[in-house]
Amino acid sequence: MADPMRLRAVMQADRVEVKILMAHPEETGLRKGPDGAIVPAHFISNVSVQYAGREVLRAEWGAAVSKNPFLQFAFRAGARGDELTVTWIDNLGESRTDRVTIT
Amino acid sequence: MDNPRRDFITAGGLLAALMAAGSRAADLAQVPAPGWNRAAFQAKTVAEALKALGVMVARDGGELALTAPEIAEDGAVVPVIAQCRAPGTREIHILVDKNPFSLAASFFFPDGTDAFVSTRIKMAETSNVVALAVTPGQAYLARRQIKVTIGGCGG
Repeated sequence: MADPMRLRAVMQADRVEVKILMAHPEETGLRKGPDGAIVPAHFISNVSVQYAGREVLRAEWGAAVSKNPFLQFAFRAGARGDELTVTWIDNLGESRTDRVTIT
Repeated sequence: MDNPRRDFITAGGLLAALMAAGSRAADLAQVPAPGWNRAAFQAKTVAEALKALGVMVARDGGELALTAPEIAEDGAVVPVIAQCRAPGTREIHILVDKNPFSLAASFFFPDGTDAFVSTRIKMAETSNVVALAVTPGQAYLARRQIKVTIGGCGG
């Protein structure tokens, strides 16, 4: 199981600013390991952020997102104390969901 | 009636299926649902990727701002920020001209979400980074050359 994401969601005027740091190796499948063998591709393919039962951001990623991906975005609405849910899925079918309270 | 030959054939079939599954997992192009634009992520040039994203004509527009460093010391971690002021922007895509696969990331913004994203990507070598923003009626491109001192694909 992958390590938890580090999440921050901060209310700034009428917007929620969200910062996400995921723990993931983001292997391209093009790199050779120390033994000379190709390290298999292993990267996050889909990200979804949900607030109040609806999606506020969706992403599709290739293998060129940096290791331990960082993502920042903002959406209108939301209130302090509300909860956001962030889910990622990778190309090997692993996934992780974490929650953060808007502050 | 026992038939060892049949057992052998069944086992062989299972083995073949497992091998096929293994090779699928190793293939960059094979990613499970939900929604992943395989053709776009497989594209080896920006032009191919734009086509796969359904963008035929895009204009270089001041509405789309791409912020990135001029020089990236480490190609493995290149911060990029894209923001589009054109109303109704639904998608922002980040592409890298000279990466083995050009499309790095696609972001989709429902109503109420700013057409803004900040993230970090890998670059194999010095290249143009391209941001593409899509509104219902128009597509915008912004380019920025980034010098990479150390490539981000290892090996």
